[in-house]
Amino acid sequence: MQIFIQTIVTGLVTGCLYALIALGYSMVYGVLKLLNFAHGDLYMVGAFIGYYIIQWFGGSSALIIPVWLVIIVMLLVSAVAVGGLGVAIERFAYRPLRDAPRIAPLITALGISFILEDSVLLLFGGYVRSYNTPSFIPYSASFHISGVNISSMQVLIVALSVAMMAGLFVLVNRTLFGKSMRAVASDREAAEMLGINVNRTIAMTFFVGSAMAGVAGVMSGLANEPISNIIGFLAGLKAFTAAVVGGIGSIPGAMVGGLVIGFCEAFSASYISSQYSDLIVFGILIATMLIRPQGIFGTPPLQKV
Amino acid sequence: MAPIGVDEWVARSGERREQMSGPRRLLEMAGERVSWWQRLAMLAIAGFVFGQLGFNLNIDTVAFNSVLYAILALGLNIVVGWAGLLDLGYIAFFGFGSYGYALLSSHAFGSLVNFSGGVHLPIIAIIPIVLVAAGLVGVLIGLVALRLHGDYLAIVTLFVGQAFVEVVNNIDPTLFGGNNGLFGLDPWHGFGGSIGSVHGYYYAALVMLIILMAGLHLLDGSRTGRAWRALRDDPLAAEAMTVPVNLLKVMAFSFGAIVAALAGVVFAAQQGSVFPTNFQSSVLILIYACLVLGGVGGIAGAVLGGITVTVVEAMLRSPTDSSYLFYGLILLAILVRVRPWQRMVAMLVAIAAFGLVMRAIVGAISHAAISGPHGSIGWIGTVMRHWVIVPTGSITFGNILYAVLICALILIVRLHGIWRFVLIVPTVYAAACCWESRLIVDTGITAQIVLGAILVVMMAARPSGLLGTRRVEVL
Repeated sequence: MQIFIQTIVTGLVTGCLYALIALGYSMVYGVLKLLNFAHGDLYMVGAFIGYYIIQWFGGSSALIIPVWLVIIVMLLVSAVAVGGLGVAIERFAYRPLRDAPRIAPLITALGISFILEDSVLLLFGGYVRSYNTPSFIPYSASFHISGVNISSMQVLIVALSVAMMAGLFVLVNRTLFGKSMRAVASDREAAEMLGINVNRTIAMTFFVGSAMAGVAGVMSGLANEPISNIIGFLAGLKAFTAAVVGGIGSIPGAMVGGLVIGFCEAFSASYISSQYSDLIVFGILIATMLIRPQGIFGTPPLQKV
Repeated sequence: MAPIGVDEWVARSGERREQMSGPRRLLEMAGERVSWWQRLAMLAIAGFVFGQLGFNLNIDTVAFNSVLYAILALGLNIVVGWAGLLDLGYIAFFGFGSYGYALLSSHAFGSLVNFSGGVHLPIIAIIPIVLVAAGLVGVLIGLVALRLHGDYLAIVTLFVGQAFVEVVNNIDPTLFGGNNGLFGLDPWHGFGGSIGSVHGYYYAALVMLIILMAGLHLLDGSRTGRAWRALRDDPLAAEAMTVPVNLLKVMAFSFGAIVAALAGVVFAAQQGSVFPTNFQSSVLILIYACLVLGGVGGIAGAVLGGITVTVVEAMLRSPTDSSYLFYGLILLAILVRVRPWQRMVAMLVAIAAFGLVMRAIVGAISHAAISGPHGSIGWIGTVMRHWVIVPTGSITFGNILYAVLICALILIVRLHGIWRFVLIVPTVYAAACCWESRLIVDTGITAQIVLGAILVVMMAARPSGLLGTRRVEVL
């Protein structure tokens, strides 16, 4: 029972991270119908930004300002910087390709992914880093409930993710920006004819989606995951799976999909074998796609002749 | 949001070609007079003569890889270019062929009880076995693909590709060798001989390429080929016209799988070993780059793309050639893009003068700031030594410069008129300094970055590829 609950906690934490990345994937797919393969690398950039902010403030074991302030600074800076990066990528790489054949932006996305991964490798080297979280948030700060350990970091991650998802939900469903985003997603040409500034809406979508990826990167670093220039690929792939399982283009779908993938991964790692956890996740994806190709919350695409 | 009239513009592309004049017209007319098999024979002879020139091992390897990637791009073209199915798991079939060859020509099966020495079949037996197996696996994946459309298909196939790597990595390490791969494979053997050198495999691959091109050309014009294009342009309309859509999709996957497996067989034998990392998604991206760069949908385009990408990648990875390529590309961009020519000359002079002045100023302030190690060798290195600034702490300097450079490039795209001209001069100089101090030090990393940049720029400038023709997509 202890193992079971512990696994649920682990699954919830990873699931929240995947969901945050998946949301960006899904939003971008919604407005542009583009599989943005560079999205996972934005998460990686976010993790690196957090790492260098810790180093800036004296390193993990000798922080010169309070811990909560460091965390806030990391999250804010990373969100803004990665969001800006996302907007820049959209502006310079994807916007010229709005009317190009479908395969062109896909290749561009792969090219951007190459550039991001290898630029980080060039600038910061290939070795694996870690935030070394336990040295500024001690182990004693965790909660022990009948043998189950829940670190305060895990609580923070889940709470923050839920808050961000709720914020996103309000943003998409209750604000003018959300309305125009949904309009662009359902029909870009018609939205433009009705006076919606499509370029600005798409740029905003990229900003919000990329900022969430940046925040997810910082949080994964805080969860003491290893940081290197290649983490973006696998995380992106998993988040992508999450977005697809939930129904790509659908925002609640991305949240649910993220949790599903997180739980699957945690349970297969603790009950079957950690070696096969990736294979199991991919297997679930393929099975979902075959049974329900549009995902849990997706709607089947209309076919036009 | 295509501008109105784009359908008409594409429909009239034939007429416009008729109206062309000057040398380009003459070239086209001469080209039309050569039939397809004559062109193919010319390519074969060129390939054979190239092999006979007797270059060193490096060039032989690059030549072999060019042919290999051309074959891979051709196979991908069947699925993506003709049938219009976005297959991101293509690399799995390449891996399947390679591992198939490896298992049938090494000690790998020795781990099983009854084959203590492993299996060592001659190539004449391996090729049919592997190709038939790959074709069947292709049918299987094709059947799965029938339920999926567009991007969903891309997603599922992407995971098939990932799953392949996971399977050979994790399942049964005694059979597949896990992370360490399988090594000590036999060379191609049969009929009392064997192929023992890269050179030999180059010819083998070349023969395969020529046969494949001939076969694909015939296929392209056949009923099946035309039906594939109908399927690509509009699946629903094709189905309404009684085109057997499901059969065609499965066939496309199967044919693509066979070609990829064939490439895998020659690849595994040439390398003498197979590793899971040979079939990572970065290799898939490279194959896609070949196809997209050459132009999706054409045989010549796929082959040209395969050769171009391989040669460019090999040049980027070599410390001597990468400088030629880097400075050559910058010079070419200025020569082609800057109009009128007076402005172009002014820009070149300004860049040269700017560098000399900067170097003189910085050198006068501090000698250490210009006495760092220079990357380029050969005559470019000699020239650059008297022109760029490389301080003693060259790595850090280069890193900062790299970040500055990216910001400057973004700014250049946003600016227009005289300001753009003014900014380009220091940017080119900064690029040269950054190249000499940092980028050339790690050519492997730089190669990836430049390759990514080429893909991005290429897609923005010419999304249809080098030899591709524009066509209207029905969404």
